[in-house]
Amino acid sequence: MSTVIQFENVHFKYPEDTRESLNGLNLEIREGSFTAVLGRNGSGKSTLAKHMNGILVPTEGRVLVAGIDTADEDRLLDLRRQVGLVFQNPDNQIVANVVEDDVAFAPENLGLPPAEIRRRVDGALQLVGMYELRLHAPHLLSGGQKQRVAIAGVLAMGPRVLVLDEPTAMLDPQGRREVLTTVTRLCREQGMTVVLVTHHMDECVGADRLLVLDRGQIALDGTPAEIFSQVERMRALGLDVPETTQLLYELRQEGLDVPLDALDVDSCAGAIAAALKR
Amino acid sequence: MLKDITLGQFFPGDTLVHRLDPRTKLLLVTVFIVALFTAAGWMGYGLCVLAFAGCTALSKIRLRAFFKGLKPMIFIIVLTALLNLFYTRGTPILPGWIITWEGIGRAVKMVLRILLLVMGTFLLTYTTSPMALTDGLELLLNPLKKLRLPIHEMTLMMSMALRFIPTLIEETDRIMSAQRARGADFETGGLVRRAKALLPILVPLIVSSFNRAYDLATAMESRCYHGGEGRSRMKQLKLAGIDLAALAVGAAFLALAFILKKYGV
Repeated sequence: MSTVIQFENVHFKYPEDTRESLNGLNLEIREGSFTAVLGRNGSGKSTLAKHMNGILVPTEGRVLVAGIDTADEDRLLDLRRQVGLVFQNPDNQIVANVVEDDVAFAPENLGLPPAEIRRRVDGALQLVGMYELRLHAPHLLSGGQKQRVAIAGVLAMGPRVLVLDEPTAMLDPQGRREVLTTVTRLCREQGMTVVLVTHHMDECVGADRLLVLDRGQIALDGTPAEIFSQVERMRALGLDVPETTQLLYELRQEGLDVPLDALDVDSCAGAIAAALKR
Repeated sequence: MLKDITLGQFFPGDTLVHRLDPRTKLLLVTVFIVALFTAAGWMGYGLCVLAFAGCTALSKIRLRAFFKGLKPMIFIIVLTALLNLFYTRGTPILPGWIITWEGIGRAVKMVLRILLLVMGTFLLTYTTSPMALTDGLELLLNPLKKLRLPIHEMTLMMSMALRFIPTLIEETDRIMSAQRARGADFETGGLVRRAKALLPILVPLIVSSFNRAYDLATAMESRCYHGGEGRSRMKQLKLAGIDLAALAVGAAFLALAFILKKYGV
């Protein structure tokens, strides 16, 4: 698998801040992978997401997306169509009064011929399971449905990478599930590279790789199982671990010999049962 | 209260009027307004009433929808009627009365003019989706781009404004509930008191609108928006046979209105 996004010693400071939001960050994202990014508020995770399509440009160092330097303004459109960015509030990223017109916004901006736009819009809506509601008014949809429309809106650009910046933060549990299932399916079935920024531990469980950000740097980098088993380290970074890991951790404290890397409920139950039999 | 806003409301349908190209409808409404202001005599007004009634019947929009939209206009309509009624010189209807025959005539004509003006534009927004309307407007005004007027930006702003009306209404409701929960009172007191009570709603509403605008701009940029240059459209507007026929009828109507004006009837 080749590298699709590369951060080289990236520093970034907002003009109004004294502290750097990104502080010498190095990162490579592999094509087709599912990467989750965790971090407490102010750790720089949104700033990281906005660097991936050139909304923000490093004050020092550089970001390469499919070989394009994000600071290269001549290739900005080329860059943006490679990386679809989905934000927290679905209401604030839907531009049109009809679902399909909204999804058509990006391909229209790219100046594609009408038949091609129609094909992409229908395809993107089918991928997120919103094709039946294509003629609805967005404000009448549920939060999860709106967020899926927003995802379709960036998929219609035909991006290689889908970056989601806390896409479930404003949704109810049902909506969160809808969005997460959609994103996971896009990665596993369509081979889409996914970067999911979140503060929900349980949303990271299915990822290939988990990054924990702290003060603008990558504090931990590994598979979710590797990272969550470092319970004390996670706590020191101001983060929780999934309930399963928490349970296994406490059992271990009590002297039961269980592994810490069983993340989903079934393997957690299996691990406890095996330990009890011994 | 906030749910009653009919501005820009669209009643979907599949009638002849709904199917017309938005450009055709925009042109026809312009023709209608010109004819309305040309009309001098009763025949001229009659022609406009007939035209409006005909189009409304074809659109199958119920008259009640128009009355609902007219409600906020009642004050202006009544004021116009009264002013014309009392301040027109001529022959009194009874010796010694202020009210003159001419005054009654002018009052009726003025009220008719306002009613038809408002209802005519309602017919346009009731039968055309906001998206189609702004698309049509942009295409019609396209030639003005040569004069470096920002037509695309203006129509985009218009469609965004329409898009965010329901969102902002929801937000206002939410803020009002939050203020009510903390004891705010919006219903009682005089005009000044009630206006003052609105301030704690407007301030958070405006602040959040700015945040929304900022988010929206970022989201649009992320979706490759770079102004109107080089943009294409998924839905192409095409003038069909019925559009040409409707425009021909519109032209005939305008000609007739001018002829009636020439003869002063």
